[in-house]
Amino acid sequence: MFEIVAREEMAEGTVVSNWIRAPKIAQKARPGQFVILRANDTGERIPLTMADTDPDKGLINIIYQVVGKSTALFKTLQVGQGFQDVIGPLGQPTHVEKVGKVVCVGGGTGVAVLHPITRGLKQAGNHVFAVIGARNKDLLILEDRMRDASHELFVCTDDGSYGHHGFVTDMLKKILDENKDVGLAVCIGPVPMMKFCCKMTKEYNVKTLVSLNPIMVDGTGMCGCCRVTVGGERKFACVDGPEFDGHQVDFEELTARLQSYLEQEKQSYDIFKAK
Amino acid sequence: MAEEEKPQKEKKEKIPRQKMPEQDPQVRRRNFDEVPLGLSPELAQLEASRCLQCKDPRCVKGCPVEVDIPGFIKLVADGDYVGAIRKIWEKNALPAVCGRVCPQEIQCEGMCILGKKGESVGIGNLERFAADYQRLYGKPVLPPKADPTGKKVAVVGAGPSGLTVAGDLILKGHDVTVYEALHAPGGVLVYGIPEFRLPKEIVASECNYLERLGVKIITNAVIGRIETVDELFEQGFDAVFLGVGAGLPMFLNVPGENLIGIYSANEYLTRANLMKAYAFPEYDTPIVVGKNVVVFGAGNVAMDSARVAMRLGADRVRIVYRRSRAEMPAREAEIHHAEEEGIEFFLLTAPTKFIGDDKGRVTGVECLKMELGEPDASGRRRPVPIPGSEFQLECDLAVISVGAGANPLLTKTTPGLALNKWGYIVADPKTGKTTKKAVWAGGDIVTGSATVILAMGAGRIAANSIHDYLTMGW
Repeated sequence: MFEIVAREEMAEGTVVSNWIRAPKIAQKARPGQFVILRANDTGERIPLTMADTDPDKGLINIIYQVVGKSTALFKTLQVGQGFQDVIGPLGQPTHVEKVGKVVCVGGGTGVAVLHPITRGLKQAGNHVFAVIGARNKDLLILEDRMRDASHELFVCTDDGSYGHHGFVTDMLKKILDENKDVGLAVCIGPVPMMKFCCKMTKEYNVKTLVSLNPIMVDGTGMCGCCRVTVGGERKFACVDGPEFDGHQVDFEELTARLQSYLEQEKQSYDIFKAK
Repeated sequence: MAEEEKPQKEKKEKIPRQKMPEQDPQVRRRNFDEVPLGLSPELAQLEASRCLQCKDPRCVKGCPVEVDIPGFIKLVADGDYVGAIRKIWEKNALPAVCGRVCPQEIQCEGMCILGKKGESVGIGNLERFAADYQRLYGKPVLPPKADPTGKKVAVVGAGPSGLTVAGDLILKGHDVTVYEALHAPGGVLVYGIPEFRLPKEIVASECNYLERLGVKIITNAVIGRIETVDELFEQGFDAVFLGVGAGLPMFLNVPGENLIGIYSANEYLTRANLMKAYAFPEYDTPIVVGKNVVVFGAGNVAMDSARVAMRLGADRVRIVYRRSRAEMPAREAEIHHAEEEGIEFFLLTAPTKFIGDDKGRVTGVECLKMELGEPDASGRRRPVPIPGSEFQLECDLAVISVGAGANPLLTKTTPGLALNKWGYIVADPKTGKTTKKAVWAGGDIVTGSATVILAMGAGRIAANSIHDYLTMGW
């Protein structure tokens, strides 16, 4: 078992942070990599990108939003309990290098994935603009950690309850207008958000990395469940990604494939909630 | 007169090969219970009595791990079932698996002298009987182990080759640790071969037997990511065996292949077998349930996929294959089982594109009829499309089972390991030695997709070579 040693509920209790004891993974993991978790014997395998690691203590941090049966089951796990299986680190680490000015955009729980990458880019000597967004103030996560990880942080809420009233793309546009020398954008969040960010950065001709979240099973390249089309080619997000050049990604296909099991997911969640 | 009567009398007494009872096809096509039901002790003894106990047994030569076949069959005939399983264990740590999934007709049974004029001894059925009897009724007995050598061996991959290496080396007194990337050991035995051909509790039981012998099995360990092969040596391992299989799915590379409802066979079978999606929502992993299912390919994996789809409730399951029946790579018995369960075969047919609806779900597949042309490099007649023969098949679930390649996840992170042009590891067939010092390899990651027992045979060869290296230095 992989023990949960610390637990925090964020964003009105819909987002949960777990620090999990997994010393070997903590030692090896680089920003951008993910783990696959399974709560118990009847559980499914769920991929989550690590939000942080503490190699000295042998801990990894995952932050997830409760959206269905498995994440609801994860949420029931308390400190001292744990996950039956944690597999990783998986996927390619983010290629962190000094490019000058970079902008990191995160939406929803994507901010958790964005955080270690943002920090890495700052440590590499870049000037880092960060933009984080959520539907409202209460759903915003990791504001303080993102402020530390960047040079300038911009906060947006859809309803205007905090920071800029509007989408993260508004702030992204402002930054790109004011800084013609931005060399890289990293955009992580819901698929529509990433799609619109990429549309914008393409107009400004700024290279853009996105972290894709297709459905996965094994996470080691043996099944092709997570296949995505990038630049017209078939890629497996679990071994070739999860990060790709956002200007090359077929977001429509990704959106459709994410709907593969909507009915079963609802059925499974309904049964769980009824218990 | 007497001379004429004698052979007639012998013919009358000749015992026919005992058939193993099976579930009725009309019933079993909708459940995941095992199809063959096993021999009773009475049937097993009767079958064992057919063995001629040859002095120079050809059957043993046909077995890739050289089980003492007449030896164990004699013990079954005498009713000493525990003795029989111990005899098998001397050479084979996974008899309940081998008895079920080996293609005996081209191995041990194919060599049996009785098969020349009549029916060979049911060696596989008897092996299975002995293993099942031990598991169900036997006391926990273990074979004797050599004294500890103090040498440590890491085995990467808990599939048939890796488990064989582990079973052999633990008996020879070495300290063995098996690393497995998935959450359960067994490799293709747990994620690939369906429950109705190989119940997962049997795989778990055989792995448990290895653990009782002292093998450490560490699951959730993706070597190449969590640790490299070089780091295993740094931690004090003296030798490493790589048995990671050929787990890279091939696709058809036709338009529309990323529509919802199109799976690689690896994904479809992993969901169904390892994740028990057939028991959804009791188990959490979902699976697309198709009414009109099309499986592409005609190997054993294709038969497994088709039979799983039928059991999940399909109305029609069709196997589409671009060559003719004679070229189908699946075992005859598997094809027969599939046919009995109502699987249809569309031969000399190749897909050209998938068709989907506005939600991105597959609704059909366009195919072309083929005819066989001249033999290709593999010696098989090459399928050639017949122009203008396009037609469509209704399809809401497609499973692509056209082979697997080498997964580069491990080999990419292991410097010094020579690979061939397809990415498989280059290893000496006589020893399993790779080009990297103290590293052996065997099974599908060396040969490409083959059979369970060939992987086990490769494991045996490597284990012997590793033992020589650890005890004599070469």
